[in-house]
Amino acid sequence: MPQEKGWKSLSRGGVILEPGNARDYETGSWRTFKPVVDREKCINCMFCWIFCPESAVIVKDDKMEGFNLKYCKGCGICAKECPKKAIEMAKD
Amino acid sequence: MPKIIARTGDDAVAEAMRQINPDVVAAYPITPQTEIVQFFSDFVANGKVKTELLCPESEHSAMSACIGASAAGGRVMTATSSQGLAYMWELVYIAASYRLPIVMPVVNRALSGPINIHCDHSDSMGARDSGWVQIFSENIQEAYDNTIQAVRIAEHANLLLPVIVTLDGFIISHAMEQFEILDDDTVQKFVGEYKPEYSLLDAKHPITYGPLQLFDYYMEQKKQQHEVIKSASSVVLQIASEFEKISKRKYELFEEYRMDDADIGIVVLGSASGTAKTVADKLREQGLRAGVLKIRLFRPFPAAELANSLSHLKALAVLDRSDTFGGLGGPVFEEVCASLYNYQFPDGHKIPAVNYIYGLGGRDVTLDHIEKVYRDLEGISRTGKINNLIQYLGVRE
Repeated sequence: MPQEKGWKSLSRGGVILEPGNARDYETGSWRTFKPVVDREKCINCMFCWIFCPESAVIVKDDKMEGFNLKYCKGCGICAKECPKKAIEMAKD
Repeated sequence: MPKIIARTGDDAVAEAMRQINPDVVAAYPITPQTEIVQFFSDFVANGKVKTELLCPESEHSAMSACIGASAAGGRVMTATSSQGLAYMWELVYIAASYRLPIVMPVVNRALSGPINIHCDHSDSMGARDSGWVQIFSENIQEAYDNTIQAVRIAEHANLLLPVIVTLDGFIISHAMEQFEILDDDTVQKFVGEYKPEYSLLDAKHPITYGPLQLFDYYMEQKKQQHEVIKSASSVVLQIASEFEKISKRKYELFEEYRMDDADIGIVVLGSASGTAKTVADKLREQGLRAGVLKIRLFRPFPAAELANSLSHLKALAVLDRSDTFGGLGGPVFEEVCASLYNYQFPDGHKIPAVNYIYGLGGRDVTLDHIEKVYRDLEGISRTGKINNLIQYLGVRE
């Protein structure tokens, strides 16, 4: 995360001028528990992908492929919402 | 050609808004709103302005809408008074921290309780630390002139801050006076077109207003506000000198009335300044060297300039139309005392200064009241003794 800018270098009124720079803020550092998916149980319904507040569920070719741990903050919403109980939260 | 017309203060400010022709006015339409918005809504209904007028369900929402419209890149105005400003509270701070050049005339009226509708300064003094530039007006002419200048001050590239222009409730807002109104064209040319640097509607350059800033950045953001509002004094003077060219009326940070050779002086803001000047004139005829310093720019407070102007006085009174309850007198007194404390007097002397809280909830301030203040000052200047540091003027025991 780019930090330590002084007040003189901040944009006027704290306006963010660079779109998409939330990417620079790696919320994965907040995590205590990480989601672990059981591929046997997963039906690729994408509930986890829809509910993830950090867009940290990786999807490729219509298949749920796991989690981007740079951004997964371990909130456990995916595990809670999974209709097949295919996601478990494990101590990171 | 400028014309002399007779209008109420509300009407004159509405005329200024008509001439400014802002993109958006978002204002709560009923009490505690004043006639400013009512008159302005007539202009909208009659097609005299191209302004989009929004009348949301509260002042909280009105200022929210102003923030949105200003962030979208519009020239935005609103108006409020008393409880309305109090209800805007959260958003008033946010507008300043986003550096949005919103202009808001505030008709100064008392805050509840007890419930009251009349003039005092407790409403805008409550917003004194919110980061808005605050300009006080003595009469209808000044309210009109300040409203026009406020647009240029707010939008100045070095500043970009919201501006409050005050006028005393009823005494200025509802009383009729003659004032000189400028041509529509002259005002339009003076305010020019607002060209925002950022706009939420500019899809090619997407931006975000109002991100979360925690312990890592909040303090830098506040330091930015702290620094930028200090530069408002020079912007206010620059715009005043440009305004003088179109109006022949001179405005400064404060007005010095018979201060040059004064021994005793009163610092005051708003409509009571006129009363103080009248009394100073009368006492001058009796040989008392009385002066008045009327503050125009209250935020940022012109501390050094003001202390310099007061530095030759033998005694000084500050008149406050609001109280800080538990502070050192009224808010203006605190500012003036702090300014004097930090002023380097060549011989290290100190000016005895006293505070009078007056006119709360519309209580009349009379010539006799002001004369009593000068008489007190005359005593203090002779003896150097202060018996009453802070007192209520015209209150029953």
